Amino acid sequence: MEEKLVFSRPEALTDMPTHYCPGCHHGIIHRLVAEVIDELGVRENTVGVASVGCSILAYDYFNVDMVGALHGRAPAVATGVKRGRPDSVVFTYQGDGDLAAIGTAEIIHAAARGENFTVVFVNNAIYGMTGGQMAPTTLDGQRTQTSPAGRDPHLAGHPLRMSELIATLSGPSFVTRTAVNTPARINQTRKAIKKAFELQLAGRGLGFVEVLSTCPTNWGLGAVESGQWVDSHMIPYYPLGVFKED
Amino acid sequence: MARTVFHEEFCKGCGLCIEACPKKILAFAEHRLNHKGYQAVDCLRPEECTGCAICARTCPDVVIDVYREAGQAEGS
Repeated sequence: MEEKLVFSRPEALTDMPTHYCPGCHHGIIHRLVAEVIDELGVRENTVGVASVGCSILAYDYFNVDMVGALHGRAPAVATGVKRGRPDSVVFTYQGDGDLAAIGTAEIIHAAARGENFTVVFVNNAIYGMTGGQMAPTTLDGQRTQTSPAGRDPHLAGHPLRMSELIATLSGPSFVTRTAVNTPARINQTRKAIKKAFELQLAGRGLGFVEVLSTCPTNWGLGAVESGQWVDSHMIPYYPLGVFKED
Repeated sequence: MARTVFHEEFCKGCGLCIEACPKKILAFAEHRLNHKGYQAVDCLRPEECTGCAICARTCPDVVIDVYREAGQAEGS
């Protein structure tokens, strides 16, 4: 019987096992970015910028040139890389504790300037690496290490909807929010990431792909239950969809 | 006829593939752990596998390779 390999590890991922917790969606999102890089044939020409957070070790996992940025500063570093080497394909890979907290200024201004790179923003509504503290994206009422009774909006305000915020600016060419908790959404997310990369290749400006993700360990849920929690809690506050498309 | 190959040492036993498989033919291996101590996953009825690769696309650790017979359409 003649058979063909229809699915395997993309070339743009290294062979290193990730340090992510069981069921964490980072691995899926890494793979989707790698698949897009392979599909577009830009692996030798791509520079990724890793954030601080669980995804800080992304430079070990992506088989492309990587830069580690200071906390929140990935869009500023990516601006420098892209302006210095305009022929390279540049992406940042940032979590919500990075992009939506200490890095809010950097992403807002990079987006306002319409910098020509791709942002993959992984939102799991909590600080993962540091042990499950409340993030700006933590949902109202969500229990974390620093909001043990649930986030109180009178004290902490309401969570930031970054995609909606970024979409108000004229710089970005594409702003979307997706999830990866079902097979169909995984495919949609890959298409969204691909579109953002293609817009960059066409010189159209910043593409911003927010991906709702899980943190089974710090949410205190199993891997499958975490996927269901994305449906029951995250999507009602963080609706999926395209918020800006030029 | 399709076939899955599990690169078991990458597996963390999260079970997302077991949940995602439309044919429900994946299960935790009862008596086998990988070197990290996670329960490995087995395909219980390989003859029912359609090669849809949904397990592989759902896996956060890229554990699964999927082979399909040449000429076989996706999911058939």
